[in-house]
Amino acid sequence: MLNTLAIIILSLMGASLIYVLYRTIDGRPVERRIVFAYIGLAVMLPLMMKVTPPLPITTDVQKLYEHIVKLPPGSKVLCAFDFDPPSAPELQPMAVAFVKYAFKHDLKLIIMGLWPQGPQQANMALQEAFRDSLVAVKPHEEGIDWVNLGFQSGNEFVILSMGDGFKRMFPRDTRLIPYDSIPILKNVVNFSNIDFIMNFGAGYPGTREWVQIGVDRYKSDLGAGTTAVQATEVYPYLSSGQLVGLLGGMSGAAEFEKVLAEKGKASTFILAQMFGHATVMAFVIIGNVAFFVLGRKKKNPEGNN
Amino acid sequence: MRREVPVLITSIAGLVFAISYFIPHTPFGRAESIFGDWVSIVQAFAIWLGVLNLLKVSLEKIFRKSEGWPYSYLIIASLFGTLIVGFYSGFSGINATPQYTYSDTGTGFDWVYQNIYTALTSTMFSMLAFFVGSASYRAFRARNIQATLLLISGFLVMGGRVPLLDRISSIFTETPIFSNLANWIMNYPNSAGQRAILIGIALGIMSSSLRVILGIERSHVGGGN
Amino acid sequence: MELLGIWIGAILTLGIFSFLYKDNPVYKVTEAIFIGVSAGYYAIVYFFDSIYKKFWLGAVVAAEKDLMLYGGAVLGLLFLSRLYSKTSWIARWPLAFIVGATAGLYMMTYFVTNGMNQVASTISDVAQKSDLAGSSWAEVLGTYVILVGVVTGLIYFFFSKEHKGAFGAAAKVGIWFLMVTFGASFGYTVMSRMSLLIGRMDFLLGDWLRIIN
Repeated sequence: MLNTLAIIILSLMGASLIYVLYRTIDGRPVERRIVFAYIGLAVMLPLMMKVTPPLPITTDVQKLYEHIVKLPPGSKVLCAFDFDPPSAPELQPMAVAFVKYAFKHDLKLIIMGLWPQGPQQANMALQEAFRDSLVAVKPHEEGIDWVNLGFQSGNEFVILSMGDGFKRMFPRDTRLIPYDSIPILKNVVNFSNIDFIMNFGAGYPGTREWVQIGVDRYKSDLGAGTTAVQATEVYPYLSSGQLVGLLGGMSGAAEFEKVLAEKGKASTFILAQMFGHATVMAFVIIGNVAFFVLGRKKKNPEGNN
Repeated sequence: MRREVPVLITSIAGLVFAISYFIPHTPFGRAESIFGDWVSIVQAFAIWLGVLNLLKVSLEKIFRKSEGWPYSYLIIASLFGTLIVGFYSGFSGINATPQYTYSDTGTGFDWVYQNIYTALTSTMFSMLAFFVGSASYRAFRARNIQATLLLISGFLVMGGRVPLLDRISSIFTETPIFSNLANWIMNYPNSAGQRAILIGIALGIMSSSLRVILGIERSHVGGGN
Repeated sequence: MELLGIWIGAILTLGIFSFLYKDNPVYKVTEAIFIGVSAGYYAIVYFFDSIYKKFWLGAVVAAEKDLMLYGGAVLGLLFLSRLYSKTSWIARWPLAFIVGATAGLYMMTYFVTNGMNQVASTISDVAQKSDLAGSSWAEVLGTYVILVGVVTGLIYFFFSKEHKGAFGAAAKVGIWFLMVTFGASFGYTVMSRMSLLIGRMDFLLGDWLRIIN
């Protein structure tokens, strides 16, 4: 019933945009609160519809996937959680999908964060992964299959110091267990002992800093999941090969879930994303149509050609 | 001396990091490691400086009954509330056996993070969605060729990165034309423009960093050039 | 406790959203709580993860004490002198250290990553992908698009020479590429902002009202 109601309201909203167009051309643009209401409904109603539109896999996501599947079981992956709750709708689904994949394929996760909230977001991703029945088949012990080293202040200086030795910046994990006592970190001195770095970044410090120091200085392989705002800025690193692959924004997260065959939140959010975009595009078109029509009216005030 | 000493500190710190890129061995490598630790610790104190400054400003507002002064009580109350919960969670974890961290699932601090901090920060930023829609309606106009290019590029990316335009074009063809086009725009023209910007930024940062290290740029120590 | 937390989160969310109607005391209250809780959050995290875990355990408690960490602590304490106007000049020293360290690091990292490697990639891609044998036509075209876009974009940013004649024409092409870039950024920015809103709506409809999920 919710599905039907949502479709009816969305259809009425679409039809009412004609009235918005009429008013705007008439020189009486609608109040901004009306625009807010359209956007709010356009995002809210599709969430009730439980429809997942088909999504093609882009080359950026495919490249990352092809790199990850080549990692043999037992590979040590450094997972950098560099985001906070506002970026979680985009990045948390990617992180959860990656963590689930890692546990199912016996990749060892070394988690840390350059953002204070990162390790807590990592804990949430771990808990969600442990609830997956395919992950829960085999126990994943802290210290053996994964470890959370926590947050350290210093931004890119943390990455620089890690090049010398991880222990310098992370002498203990989040449970205050000394670095040398953690089994997964045995023989892990610096980046040369890591098989892959996966960064989930929302800004500064984030993917750019990992490329600058982790890749260009310490020659590591880096894959990145970023917010959509950040994604446009890191595309040059993808085309130059400094990044092995890129997940950009929520659509990147949805594609990643699809390519890993994981059920996740990003896939369910894509329909709402579509309607949100459609609404913004509709308002831009309305504004520009009115701009041109009103501009013509000013040039020919009496309708003369 | 109030300016000369900081300028000297800037130069020494800058030279250590610049030289250790080429000579990672002792003494530069060792100095780089030590300075890296110092940056980490100084940043933590900088955050506490901000917090204490917030407390000072809020107290001044209350004392002087400036505009909006009752809300300063709330700021101080929520600041102290979070600090008390955080310190209690942290020190309890340190003294427990086995030890746990202040942010572990189940601690009071984690509860504050999940239910209060997350709700507030996420909602503050989510309001931008409304403002971007409203601003696009009111101000985004294709006034000239450049603006039109911007508009078309934005539309193709917005419509192509979600299966919006592809759903419309699926009437004619199964191939996801707009998704492929959006992907091509991001990987090629967008990369080209971003790369030009990155190179420009790199050149700018190199020159300004050199000015800072050589002591020509002194604005950070309270002086001009 | 979980249910109480969800209700508190929902009330705070709706309080912030009330600003969309107009500025009001409810919004101001939630804004004040936001400021206080954020400041408290950062203070706790930086205290336990840096000051306690790195400095205190490393320099005071550890069996093999790293005494050099005291240098960082001294500089950090000097920073706090900024709170009192008569001693605030001392805070220039740790600030100078941070600025110098950052300048030294950035000078090399930006040169290599954003300068050298980007230029090298632009040129090498043309050399490696300039025939159709190994790449699709879209990739080959794209490689030349990148080359033209980077060169004309850099020409546009060169303001020491007047943009006239052939130079001006190249700069104009550069602006077009930059406009496509900014358009793509706008599109992705809209996507990002919508995602933030979707997350909050999911919380309100799913976790709070339990209409979905």
